[in-house]
Formats: sequence, structure tokens, C-alpha cells
Amino acid sequence: MPISETEIVVDDPTAPADNSPAAATTRTVKAVVYLLLLAFAMLLGFDNWRNGMGWAKDGPQSGYVPFYLCAILAGASLYGLGAAFLRRQEGGDTFVTRDQLRRVMQVFFPTFLFVALTQWLGIYVASVLLVAGFMWMIGRIALWKSLLTSFLFALSMFLTFEIAFDVIMPKGPIEAALGF
Amino acid sequence: MEALTLLLHGFAVLLTWKTLALMLVGLLLGIFVGVLPGLGGPNGVAILLPLTFTMDPTSAIVMLSCIYWGALFGGAITSILFNIPGEAWSVATTFDGYPMAQHGKAAEALTAAFTSSFIGALVAVLLITFLAPSIAGFALRFGPPEFFSVYLLTFCSFVGLGRDEKHNTIISMALGLLLAAVGMDTVSGQLRMTFGFEPLLRGVNFLVAVIGLFGISEILLTMEERLALRGHSAAISLRVVLKVWKELPRYWVTLLRSSAIGCWLGITPGGAIAASFMGYNLAKRFSKDPASFGKGRIEGVFAPETAAHASGTAALLPMLALGIPGSGTAAILLGGLMVWGLNPGPLLFVEHKDFVWGLIASMYLGNLVGLVIVLSTVPIFAAILRIPFAAIAPMIVVSCAIGAYAIQNAMFDIWLMLLFGVVGYAFKKIGIPLAPFTLALVLGNRSEDAFRLSMIGAGGDLRVFWSNGLVGTITTLAFILLFWPLIGKVFESAGRLWRPAKT
Repeated sequence: MPISETEIVVDDPTAPADNSPAAATTRTVKAVVYLLLLAFAMLLGFDNWRNGMGWAKDGPQSGYVPFYLCAILAGASLYGLGAAFLRRQEGGDTFVTRDQLRRVMQVFFPTFLFVALTQWLGIYVASVLLVAGFMWMIGRIALWKSLLTSFLFALSMFLTFEIAFDVIMPKGPIEAALGF
Repeated sequence: MEALTLLLHGFAVLLTWKTLALMLVGLLLGIFVGVLPGLGGPNGVAILLPLTFTMDPTSAIVMLSCIYWGALFGGAITSILFNIPGEAWSVATTFDGYPMAQHGKAAEALTAAFTSSFIGALVAVLLITFLAPSIAGFALRFGPPEFFSVYLLTFCSFVGLGRDEKHNTIISMALGLLLAAVGMDTVSGQLRMTFGFEPLLRGVNFLVAVIGLFGISEILLTMEERLALRGHSAAISLRVVLKVWKELPRYWVTLLRSSAIGCWLGITPGGAIAASFMGYNLAKRFSKDPASFGKGRIEGVFAPETAAHASGTAALLPMLALGIPGSGTAAILLGGLMVWGLNPGPLLFVEHKDFVWGLIASMYLGNLVGLVIVLSTVPIFAAILRIPFAAIAPMIVVSCAIGAYAIQNAMFDIWLMLLFGVVGYAFKKIGIPLAPFTLALVLGNRSEDAFRLSMIGAGGDLRVFWSNGLVGTITTLAFILLFWPLIGKVFESAGRLWRPAKT
């Protein structure tokens, strides 16, 4: 039987190392998430209590259903919080290693910037910057390739949405100067 | 045979050049989405939904459902050639599919995967064709209490039968229901949980949440892993296809068993993932030679693929007939229906015959055309993986942002999408399932309305949920499913008392 050789190979130059130290344990993250959910449930519960969570003449008031949902959410979060601390042997494992966290932030921060820039420059210019910057700095791809790809991508998006399908996107000063 | 006449009518609606072209575009986009890491079926459908806003509902749903079929097909390509499941439901396909590719039988494995996908889908579509109209006809008699009890049944079965930790499922569901209630209360007109913040008046949009939860968070998760990959490239020749098809009848038991498992798990909220594993495991257990599984047995590709595709298709049955989606992607299609002003549920079969039968006809045609496309274009789609992730990731982010913005033309929604991305990342990593959240968010308003309308009708008497045989049975069943883990334990210990000495 012929063994077909591997024919498609893609490398990852900035891959996270396997032995990178932990940045956070699962238990810590669980505790934070459950506490946030608990606080969220209490905040919404308060609003619904203010709106009226009882019965009017014509059935339940508008806060009735959401108030009890808040109670259920708070209860389940408390249970989760308790379980995270009581089951000591579990949950001590790594939530994310430092290398992984670095990589996740490498995506998250550009995305955050992209959303902020969209407000000022419009989505198309912001996407040129995001795609080119990401390819060049994180993918270590040649600058001209990155710029060309990002420009073609943004142009095809513009043609698809703005011209072909009439879906209006946030636009900035450059599109305005070109007359769109 | 009223169903057949209506189905033929559906084909007539479908057979225009425009619809067929959209179908083709949808399938290609779907396969693309299924192959790419970091983009899945539910997310792909949600991102591409805005493209369809300017179309008429029938063309739109045909294109969207074709994206869904395409994604189901596409997941198999990376599983077999690269040992990387493009979708969670194709994990089981890697067990035997990748070893086959290593032995130089990639083309056979791919043909087997695509063909069995097609068979699974076909069985499920036949089920939809003949079962959905009668279920819808039956559900026409439902009032608010009946509808609420069906919603309750859906929620409870998620909690009781789900594999995740119970409190996490409950958190996910309660959060979804709560966020669905944000904004204007439809019964009293009062504002709820907006805290005077203007963009929240419209509420939290379901599709924005889905794009964030599945799109952005998936990119964050993918970046954590080493993205280097090596795999086989393969082209499928007609000779190989015919050879595999000639062997097909020998495995009819496996195919039939997996189709049945898929249909059942698709209708109940079990999902394609569970179905594919169950299909694989049962095929292994009933095989004469279970040790050969996992070493490149073609049956190990047939079994999970048939089940996954049957389940993904069958998930549309409860969505069409009752307005309750059986899977995450079905929930998104449901969200789409609402955008076009169609109210999913039993009335759809009466008021929008063209639409429903056009959709069902597109399931037949879409799967057939999809099979031909994947068989002929595998090398092209496998080559997509040569594109480095550093180029794909930002493009997916931009597509997500465009999708989120287009739904309501609101900048706030892009920020919301980003927030949901972080939430989805954290939830996935600590084991809070996202499917119940999606389902709750899309059904939240309808189930609350059904509850309050039945309360108003009954003067606040909770006994209305046991007021007749039908509603009483469904409500009781819901509670049985909710406490199923406890009931199961009771039965187990009772069984142990019965015959104590053994073991």
C-alpha cells in the first residue's frame, strides 16, 4: 500500500511554547466569572424588583418573570462558586498559560482598536489597517503582501456590501472624499 | 399524498436560475466556512445573514440553509486530510478518516464521508417531509398554555439530559432568558433592565450575541493553539467514487442505525455532536471486528458522518413545525425567519406554503448539489488551509463586525459583539455551555409571552398547565426530564435492591 507523503504544510512562527508557565488557574477564573454573574443577577434583580415583581389584577407584572430568573441565576452562580472552592482537587489546573495569554491578547487588542477606529474612520479603512497590521506584525508576512491582501479584501467587502447588496456600513472621511 | 403534491410545488418555486445560483453560492460559502478553523456552521450563517436582508424570504432561506449544508459537508474535509475537525461534530470522523488518509486512501475516505452525509440528510429530509405537516397540523390546536409547556419541555430537557454540569447549564439558560427580556416589555410596554441607557431600548439582539459568542470567541480560542499543520492533499476520481458506492449496500445496517440515531438526537436537543459519537460507538460495538476501528476502517467514517448530517437536518423539523429549534444553527435560522417577519411555528405551514415547501425542496436539492460540488472540488478547498491563520483571523473579525453592524445599523452592536466574544471565551473554557444560552435568547420573549398570556387567561392559576390531558402530559414530562438524573439514580438503587448479591 503506498504511503502518500504529506503535501500541505503550514508553519506557525509565533506558536505558544508547551512548557509556558500558567497565567491563571481554572479555579481563579471560575470564581471571578461566578462572582460577576452573581453581581449581574443582583443588579438586574434590583431593577426588576423596582419595576414590580408581583401580581397585578391582570396577571404577572412586567418584573415578575425576570426577577425569578435573576434568583435562579444567582442561585446557580452561588452553587458554582461553592463547587469551585469545595472540590479542591479539581480546578487547580491551568486556565491559560502566559504564552497563550500573550497570543490571545495579540488578537484581542487589535480587534478592540479596530472597533474603536471604525467609529472614526469607517469600517473599510479600519479593516485595511487591521488585516495588514495583523498579517505583518503577527503573521510575519512581507509588508507588501500584507498591504495588498488587506486592500483587496476591503475592496471586495465594499463591492459586496455597499454596491451589490445595499447594506450600509459605517463610513469615514476617506469614503466621503471619494463621494460615497 | 398531499405532501408530495406540495413538495413538487416547492420544487417549482425553487427551479429558477436566480434561486439555483444563490443555492450554489450558499453551498460554496458553507463549505468554505466549514473548512476554515475559527468559523463554524452557526457562526457562518449568522455572519452571512445580513447579505440576505435585501432578498425575498424564500431566496434568503434557501441560501442560508445551503450555507448550513455546505458547513456540514466541509467539516469532513479537514478531519480526514489534516486530522483537524473543522467542526465539533466531525471529531468522530477523524478516528478512522485520518488513518485512511495516512494509508493513501484519502479519496475513499472523503467519498465515504460525503456520500454518507448525503444519505443521513436524505433520511432526515424524508422524515421532515412526511412528519412536519402533521405535527404542525396537530400544533394548530395549541393555546398559550400548550406552547409554554412545550417551551418548558425544551428547556428542561436541556438541563436534565445535557452532558454539562447542571448548574452551568442553568446559568447559561437563565442568562439567555434574562437578556432576551431586556428592553421594551411586549405585554405592558414598560422598559425593563435598560438603566436609562438608550441603545438597550431595542434589547440585546440575538444575532449579535451569536456572532460574538461563536465568531470572536472561537478566534480567541484558536489562537491559543499551535496552528502549524501538515496534511494530505487529495483529488477524487470517478473510479474511486464508483468503487465506494459499490461497497455501500454492504453497510446498510450501519447507515440505517446512524440515520435513526441522528434523526432522534436532532429532534430532541441532543445535537449533531452527540449523534456522531453515538453513531460511531454503536457501529464499533455491533461490529464483528471492533479492534479494527480507529485504524482506518471505512465503516468508521460512514457511521459518524451519517449520524451528524441526519441530526443537523432533523434539527430543522421542530423549528419548522413548532418554532423550537433543535440545534444552535437551527436557532439562528429561526432568528433569520423573524427578521423577515415570518413567525415560525405551526401557522407557517398554513400561511406561507410557498416558503415552507420551497425550503423543504431546497433540502433535497441542496444536499444533492452539495454532494456533487464537494466530490469535485476537494483539492481547492483543502488548499484553503495553506493560507496562514494570521491572514484569516483578521478577515473573520471584520466579517463578524460587518455582520453585527448590519443587523440594526448600530455601532453599539459591534461593541456588544466584542463583549460577547470575551464572555464566550471565558464560558467555553470553564465549561458553561453556549447552546442553552442561544436557545434561551431566541425563545425568551415567546416563552415569557406564552406564560403571561396563559396566566392572564387563567386568572393567575398555575393549574392551567395541568388543565387538560395534552398540556398536563407535556408539563409533567418536562418535570420528569428536568429531574431525570435524580430519577435515574433512584431507579438504579432500586434495581440494586432487587438483585443484591451480584457483582
